[in-house]
Amino acid sequence: MQDLGEAFSLAFGLVLAGDGDLMEIILLSLQVSLTAIAIAALLALPLGALLAVARFPGRGAILVLVNALMGLPPVVVGLVVYVFLSRAGPLGWMGLLYTPTAMIIAQVILVAPIIAALSRQVLEDLHGEYAEQFQSLCLRRHQIIGALLWDGRYSLLTVLLAGFGRAVAEVGAVIIVGGNIDHLTRVMTTAIALETSKGDLALALALGIVLLAIALTVNGLVMALRATAYRNAYA
Amino acid sequence: MLERTPHAFVPSADGGRSSAGLASNHLKVTGLTLEVDGKRLVNDVNLELAPASFTVVMGPNGAGKSLLLRLLHGLVAPTSGEIHWGGRPLDDGLRKRQAMVFQRPVLLRRSVAANIDFVLKGSGRARRQRLQEILERTGFLAQAKQPARSLSGGEQQRLALARALALEPEILLLDEPSASLDPAAVAAIEEIVRGAHAQGAKVIFVTHDLGQAKRLADDIVFMHGGFLEEFAPAEQFFSKPRTEAARAFLDGRLTY
Repeated sequence: MQDLGEAFSLAFGLVLAGDGDLMEIILLSLQVSLTAIAIAALLALPLGALLAVARFPGRGAILVLVNALMGLPPVVVGLVVYVFLSRAGPLGWMGLLYTPTAMIIAQVILVAPIIAALSRQVLEDLHGEYAEQFQSLCLRRHQIIGALLWDGRYSLLTVLLAGFGRAVAEVGAVIIVGGNIDHLTRVMTTAIALETSKGDLALALALGIVLLAIALTVNGLVMALRATAYRNAYA
Repeated sequence: MLERTPHAFVPSADGGRSSAGLASNHLKVTGLTLEVDGKRLVNDVNLELAPASFTVVMGPNGAGKSLLLRLLHGLVAPTSGEIHWGGRPLDDGLRKRQAMVFQRPVLLRRSVAANIDFVLKGSGRARRQRLQEILERTGFLAQAKQPARSLSGGEQQRLALARALALEPEILLLDEPSASLDPAAVAAIEEIVRGAHAQGAKVIFVTHDLGQAKRLADDIVFMHGGFLEEFAPAEQFFSKPRTEAARAFLDGRLTY
């Protein structure tokens, strides 16, 4: 066990020096989580918009389900994806287990319900404001969904941010399906878990600092963007 | 109940031409009733409006004016009764030939030009030239790129009107479009609506502003408590109202 002060100074040293291993882990983390967010957004934003505007039998049950899925435990998602991708599993032939792709799949499953549920709420509120005008214009459903997604773009950024926060910070799913393999599937959270258990606090702390910095930066950027949108009366 | 009997007739504003033709802006309403939670908000309205006239719907708050307009545009389904435009029951094809402007303008979170372009695109019209025409005609050329929601209240309503006119509607429905605007903004709205009417649009304009009704109307539909109390050419309505409710409203005694 290192001295805590020494660990902190080593950690800042690693960050400031742009340590190769550290950079590799950070880049892979961002690559996995940003890809997962992009895929989840493509799937979940239209679904959220559809749920916001459509009225059909069973809609209430679907809303309850999507809301409940927001709280999926990452380890359970990891386990299910593991079962599907493992050699004996139905998708085992694809050879995806312990690859970044498996980690992306797990994170998409974790994040898509969050994006769908939150965007549904945002877009339903917006639709409440626009509905009569859209009805007057005889717009078709796809035109309504397109208009809502575009007009709600700044609020939806916050939704995507919530999803990104969940993806980049979770450890349970990626450690099961990624395996925390050095230079292959090691991301910030799994590395922190491993290095802490090994007692190498410096690397763990360095990664923790970077993780916090990323969270702060992304939040700051989104807030600045929303402030600009408000100033321009677009939000 | 006798005094509540609706007076359905074609006003003289278009010289009786409407009875011959079935233009899509010839409106015939029979037995129109809307009930919500057991309350009759619009009660057995019978009405026939000439295609070319400028109709003003008047009445105190809660009279059912806005609901009548929504029913005529198909935004609300009636509990019973029929609405025929040009002899056809209201459908999407007919509604596309109409445009409605709401009391509170519903503007998209986009620029002035993008708000107009949105409806042009939605209706499949040729866009660029029409957009320029509309911006010019409604005085928005200089503000085309400005976010719509940063406009003043009067400008926002003028934009909502410009957007409605972009669709070249045969029927223009306006629900108190100039309520709570200053006189200059009211004048701007009225001028644009008059222009649209002069170009052939049938206008149905809801207001409770007597002065505005006198300035604009060919004929008046007077609503009170969900009933159509009176329907008459404007001159006749203002000089010789037939019903007690209309007289009370014109005298400023009827305030609810």
